Amino acid sequence: MGFSPGSIEKLEEMKNKALEKINSLQEKTVVMVGTATCGKAAGAIEVREALKEEIESKGVDAQVIEVGCMGHCYPEPLIVISKPGFPALCYGDLDEGLAKRLVNDFLIEDDPCFDYALVALEPNEYFPAFTDFPRGVYEKKIILENCGFIDPEDIDHYLAKDGYEGLSKSLEMNPEEVIAIIKDSKLRGRGGAGFPAGTKWEICRSISNGNNTEKYVICNADEGDPGAFMDRSILESNPHQVIEGLIIAGYAGGASRGYMYVRSEYPQAVRRVRTAIEQAREKKLLGDNILGSNFSFDIEVFEGSGAFVCGEETALINSMEGKMGVPKHRPPFPASQGFRLNPTIINNVKTLSYVPYIIRKGADWFKGIGTEESPGTAVFALVGKIDFTGLVEVPMGTSLQNLIYDVGGGVPQEKNFKAVQIGGPSGGCLPEDLMDSPIDFDSLQKAGAIMGSGGLVVLNEDDCMVEIARYFLDFTQKESCGLCTFCRLGTKHMLDILEKITRGKGDFDSLKILQELAEDVKKGSLCGLGKTAPNPVLTTLRYFEEEYKAHIEEGRCPALMCIDLIAFYILPEKCSKLCSACMGPCPTDAIYTRDDGLKAVDQEKCVKCNSCLVACPPEYNAVIKLSPPELVKEKERENS
Amino acid sequence: MELLEGEREEILNKVNEIVKGYDDNRENLIPILQKVQMGIGYLPLLAQEKIAEALNIPPVDVYGLATFYNQFRLNPPGKHQVQVCMGTACHMIGGQIIMDSFERRLEIEEGETTSDREFSLERVACVGCCAIAPVVVINDFVEGKVSPLRVDGIMLQLQEGKEDSNSLEGEAEDKSPEEKNERGNQE
Repeated sequence: MGFSPGSIEKLEEMKNKALEKINSLQEKTVVMVGTATCGKAAGAIEVREALKEEIESKGVDAQVIEVGCMGHCYPEPLIVISKPGFPALCYGDLDEGLAKRLVNDFLIEDDPCFDYALVALEPNEYFPAFTDFPRGVYEKKIILENCGFIDPEDIDHYLAKDGYEGLSKSLEMNPEEVIAIIKDSKLRGRGGAGFPAGTKWEICRSISNGNNTEKYVICNADEGDPGAFMDRSILESNPHQVIEGLIIAGYAGGASRGYMYVRSEYPQAVRRVRTAIEQAREKKLLGDNILGSNFSFDIEVFEGSGAFVCGEETALINSMEGKMGVPKHRPPFPASQGFRLNPTIINNVKTLSYVPYIIRKGADWFKGIGTEESPGTAVFALVGKIDFTGLVEVPMGTSLQNLIYDVGGGVPQEKNFKAVQIGGPSGGCLPEDLMDSPIDFDSLQKAGAIMGSGGLVVLNEDDCMVEIARYFLDFTQKESCGLCTFCRLGTKHMLDILEKITRGKGDFDSLKILQELAEDVKKGSLCGLGKTAPNPVLTTLRYFEEEYKAHIEEGRCPALMCIDLIAFYILPEKCSKLCSACMGPCPTDAIYTRDDGLKAVDQEKCVKCNSCLVACPPEYNAVIKLSPPELVKEKERENS
Repeated sequence: MELLEGEREEILNKVNEIVKGYDDNRENLIPILQKVQMGIGYLPLLAQEKIAEALNIPPVDVYGLATFYNQFRLNPPGKHQVQVCMGTACHMIGGQIIMDSFERRLEIEEGETTSDREFSLERVACVGCCAIAPVVVINDFVEGKVSPLRVDGIMLQLQEGKEDSNSLEGEAEDKSPEEKNERGNQE
């Protein structure tokens, strides 16, 4: 294996053909519809059909293609229209009516309907572009750059964007040189723990190949964090980028076989990856003698069956071997003894996605982005109480303040920011005081959270911190594989305590036990799941202790969220006799008309579903939540 | 849950047909379970026993796997499958309220199927549509920003099969056969 000249020329040929095709495509009008899962949920399929129908019936010379996700989830469904002579424009919140209007007004009549346009892709003299917004200034896209702008089901789109150049360049080097570049770039694993990728590869390579040991590389796309979806988005929007990274990892590590371990809950991602592998094989980028070199490599897809713990590499291997996804003791690390007891490299989708770019542009380019210890960018799924939900990619070291207020647009509806939950079930909640802290592996760990999978949930004054701790613990407790006693029983016991507190039945002793248990579970667990499961509890205890106290001492939920500690009440002074908007939506007929014609809630029947509060017209705003629920009686006495 | 008439034969045939394509390597267990579930909708005990036989492993190993992984279900799915997203974003905005509403309407708990096998109710971890939380997935059709009132609306649509329900059922028909075929053909 090793040095194989000529692969760059072979790829060049392929790229030129692809460019020819893409360029001829760009001479015409192209409408790109984002049809990743998120777009589809918002109605992208209906929009696509409406566009096609209208274009066909009016005989317009334009092509509709499907792309992945641009990362802007808030205005889905999204389309991009690039028409020669106009800047490429992005339109959001589309429906069938607007789609048809755009075909008639823009494609036929040359009126770009600027009123409906969201943003232009490139700076121009007519309309603001991405770079004119704070988000565009702070964002630095590497692995998300092509997502949403290329057709994931057509390899030529990726080739035209310099795709597989990292591979051809690698093949002209020795595997050792490839490892040296990755090590030099200080690329750290994006699965959460931040282990240097190059070191992992080196260990795998160094295991003696004397007895003809098979080696494997596995792409970990078992994204189980309930609130992170960047891996899915990358696989659905640009699968070739991950495949290229995996092939390079295989070449460097000395493997001949690769696996994509994808959650089966992501059917569209599975399908697009399979299509991409098929196309790469046709182009001889996979299979025997890749690009004419003496390196042979192929990839299989393994559909994971949905277990959060399988994100842990040893558990992932067990599940591939047809066993329960239970972690094993490390060492031996998979890099020396993994799948089928052979050396195995396991890297996350994002980690592998960086690889082609680092090989292409060099380690120094990569080190120039981000911080010294954590170079590169971080990808976050911004969700929760924030204006611009979606996927963002910012340089490591960006402060939380910039990320949430400038990139994310801040907290909507003039509510107060309370905390940000980073890293999903393994992460922690950070309060406003820590908003200046930079985002990188080490700073977050110091604050009690972790980078984790990159889920980032913004919480406002309406969110109860005890409840959020309970929610994440409920998740990890259910997902605990049961191997370690501390994790299996400790999390269960912690959950019991938290449930009692959210019901107003906690006591101060239990708070102490909670703290102790949290530390014990951390120490007594084998894998990352158990070691990090107490993080949400520990950080909320550390930064929001007064909320726990309010629950325990006063039976009051300050955020008015814990169902058992609140009651719904209709303010008679605000309620109107002329309105009965709240009665219809009530699922249990708990609202009745009093003798004086105003409405009131029958507390016995009320299931606290919030429907009446939503239904009450803003001019009255008569429905309120009270905590503790005993306040209702007081109020009733006052008013009678 | 009791097997329906003729179901026993159907299960045996399907399982036999699927295991024929594999040798008795343990690594094939999860792919086989996935295929069987795709074929008959769930993993009845009978099917698990047959799979264990084919792979030459004790049935308890198959049962262990079927109960370990979230993907596998031991109850038959309803004609209409209701999945309520319980991801972080949905939870914070009231996913549990939506789940409660469905439980109240259907008179079953999460993870169960109504006795007439019309409806099944499940929770899913995250469907990745956090921007339109709370989300429910009905027969593969994702619906966002659901309120308890909308739950009643959804149920009415499904029960009466009105014209409106095209949006709920048409979409599922539109994509699932194609998807199922593609995923069924892979080896």
